[in-house]
Amino acid sequence: MILAHFWFAFAGFGVALPLGAWQMYIRSPLHGWISDPDWYYRSVTAHGTTMAYVFPTLIAMGFGYFVAEAALKRPLIGLSWAWLGFALVVVGTVTAIIPVALGRASVLYTFYPPMIGSPFYYIGVVLVVVGSWVWVALMAINMQRWKRDNPGTPVPFAMFATVAGAYLWGWTAVGAALELLFQILPAALGLRSTIDAGLARVFFSWTLHAIVYFWLMPTYIAYYTILPRAIGGRLFSDTMGRISFILFLVVAMPIGIHHVFQDPEVGSGFKFLHSVFTAVVALPTLLTVFTICASVEIAGRLRGGKGVLGWLAALPWRNPVMLGAALSFVLLGFGGAGGLINMSYQLDSTIHNTQWVTGHFHLIFGGAIVIMYFVIAYDLWPHLTGRALDSVGLMRAQLWTWFVGMIVLTFPWHYVGILGMPRRMAFYDYSDPVIAAQAASVTMSVIGAAILVVSGALFFVVLARGHAAPRTEPPAYRFSVAVRPPRALPAALNGFGLWLSLMIALTLVNYGFPIAHLLATPGTAVPTVPMGARR
Amino acid sequence: MNREWAAILRSTWFPASVGITAALAVAGILVGFIWLPLANRNEQFHSVWDAICSAAGFVQNPAREPVIQATYPTTRVEVTPRMLRGASAESIGRGATLALRCTMCHGARGLSAANTPNLAGQYAVAIYKELMDFKTGARISAVMAPLVGDLSDQDMRDLAAYYAYLPRVLGSSPANEPPEIVASGAPLRGIAPCGACHGDISSKPGAAWLEGQPLDYLRTQLQDFASGARRNDIGEQMRNVARGMTVAEIDAASRFYAGLGGRAASPAEGAGIVASSKQH
Repeated sequence: MILAHFWFAFAGFGVALPLGAWQMYIRSPLHGWISDPDWYYRSVTAHGTTMAYVFPTLIAMGFGYFVAEAALKRPLIGLSWAWLGFALVVVGTVTAIIPVALGRASVLYTFYPPMIGSPFYYIGVVLVVVGSWVWVALMAINMQRWKRDNPGTPVPFAMFATVAGAYLWGWTAVGAALELLFQILPAALGLRSTIDAGLARVFFSWTLHAIVYFWLMPTYIAYYTILPRAIGGRLFSDTMGRISFILFLVVAMPIGIHHVFQDPEVGSGFKFLHSVFTAVVALPTLLTVFTICASVEIAGRLRGGKGVLGWLAALPWRNPVMLGAALSFVLLGFGGAGGLINMSYQLDSTIHNTQWVTGHFHLIFGGAIVIMYFVIAYDLWPHLTGRALDSVGLMRAQLWTWFVGMIVLTFPWHYVGILGMPRRMAFYDYSDPVIAAQAASVTMSVIGAAILVVSGALFFVVLARGHAAPRTEPPAYRFSVAVRPPRALPAALNGFGLWLSLMIALTLVNYGFPIAHLLATPGTAVPTVPMGARR
Repeated sequence: MNREWAAILRSTWFPASVGITAALAVAGILVGFIWLPLANRNEQFHSVWDAICSAAGFVQNPAREPVIQATYPTTRVEVTPRMLRGASAESIGRGATLALRCTMCHGARGLSAANTPNLAGQYAVAIYKELMDFKTGARISAVMAPLVGDLSDQDMRDLAAYYAYLPRVLGSSPANEPPEIVASGAPLRGIAPCGACHGDISSKPGAAWLEGQPLDYLRTQLQDFASGARRNDIGEQMRNVARGMTVAEIDAASRFYAGLGGRAASPAEGAGIVASSKQH
């Protein structure tokens, strides 16, 4: 069941990756104008929908089920429900992608009302979300049952972190769900011919920022629970890890209005308030950077590294987990630096709606996050298939090419954004002197995209070779052990009651008034614009 | 669960976490809703309450400048995506009868060689809007104005339904390559591709289907938009586009939609390229 999640996720990734590279090529000076922008937007919608909704959701679900069984050391409760959730995601994906392929829903994955596409597209996305909610419920139930059966014992950290990610997603998906169910679907089904696009954007911002942290969760869980074990070290602090995930849960969600900084329908006071809490996210990020670096240093010193920097040289750099995590950290550092610019009101106005933004989220998600998805797959595969994954050299080559490709793709991408190149356009006339200077940068990005396609192909080769390998009996799966494993924890660090309450309260403070105000303001709806309706 | 909550409420975690979060929120609110708005010298607030309301998203001091009224009649048709969908057979029939008075110029079944627009298969919304604009004077035509004077709103809807119902004659063939201006527009001059609204790539409500229209008519309309002689596009979308177009582009777009091969009409190749044209 877990393998099914991973394979469907990676299959989607395998289809969407070349689409992304094609888009990069089409809008570069290497290719002339395709004359019909719909093909471009079709591709963007398919790429975004698959990469943003289907791929990370299935990875989080599959990894979550794996953690529940391996960390709690007992079979998953509700296996048939888990299959139902998986089926909903699969059916939803197919339902959504067919109208996209037919050109009936070229609205991009962020929906962008008042554009309205085929209702099947939105129904498909809703099914994917509902399927993932089944997973959220199962994660919560499995932890509750385990706590009931093991009173007073700390919940294993891997499970605690996974449930934090599940709760984060459960609540953050509500924003887009409200937008889809009460605004977009009635319009798509023809029941309404107008839509309050401003309100829809506010609802989507509720989802849009925290969804990135949801994508990030498996990556962070792997930093904490796989990396120290894989390199022969220990986790520096279990408590610090728990506090990081709790902070993500509380402050990652009610901050999305920084995505609508330039929107006039939201008051400046709320924009500032959301900026403040966005800045607070730096806290769990820096806590994680510190804890993981300390854990890695422990491993380096255990392996005989001496001196201020000697432990770095002693690290097992040939180990794909070590390599992948280090590359991921570098990408996260660059991406985080760019993020600080996005969340600053004044700086944001210079890069808003430019290619900078697209470059930024590719660096964070496609780079720092997805490279750890590869690492997770490499680490889990032998336990899922019962066959050894031996192509270590190939894995290193894959991780390096992904890293290099992502840098070559996104650095020029950021740069053309600073030059003012707008995003979401299918055609750029590089013969015009105004933008002719950007041609070289965009061409570099195309090369980066090509490297990524090669790297993606390598990834499938590694997995395929694993499936062809002879059967082995892998040892029982282990997560990292903390330097001081917790024997007893305060109730606040062993459950989510307090933190969920804080998260919901903070959401009401940060979103309650803007939403109520927009709902109560008359005359804010605009006519819908049906996409691909007639020619 | 209750025991867990009891333990949480007893511990220092509860007051600490709630206290820190609340303090952050209050500090953020004080700065964002009072200090920053008052520190902004571009805004003059009468009171602290004014500043708070402004930061909360209420529109303060709404624009005092008077709304500028157009000095000429503007269109009164509000076009919506689902307008005039699903005409009844009765409406089409009535439209066919009413259309008898149009046949002199627009042909017996909406097709004519008189350099007037071919109406067969035209979008109903486009026909209704133009009829309405002729009637209100938003679009000026010495020929059309007296003919539409006595048409009721329903008459115009019926006429629109009838012409939309007639089979359309395709103006271009696959061999007729769209010129740059039709396929790509000119992004840096703010000109969208013609095909993005007028069919082929996409269509927008209210925009007419242009394929198969007479060359002279198309060219004249673009020139009129550019000069401002025609101004029933309420958002000035066509006037802005046409003003930015070169003479060669106007010619190329018109020739393409007239089915005469747009690419051949570049100034470098000069005139007299009708040999490559395709008549339908």
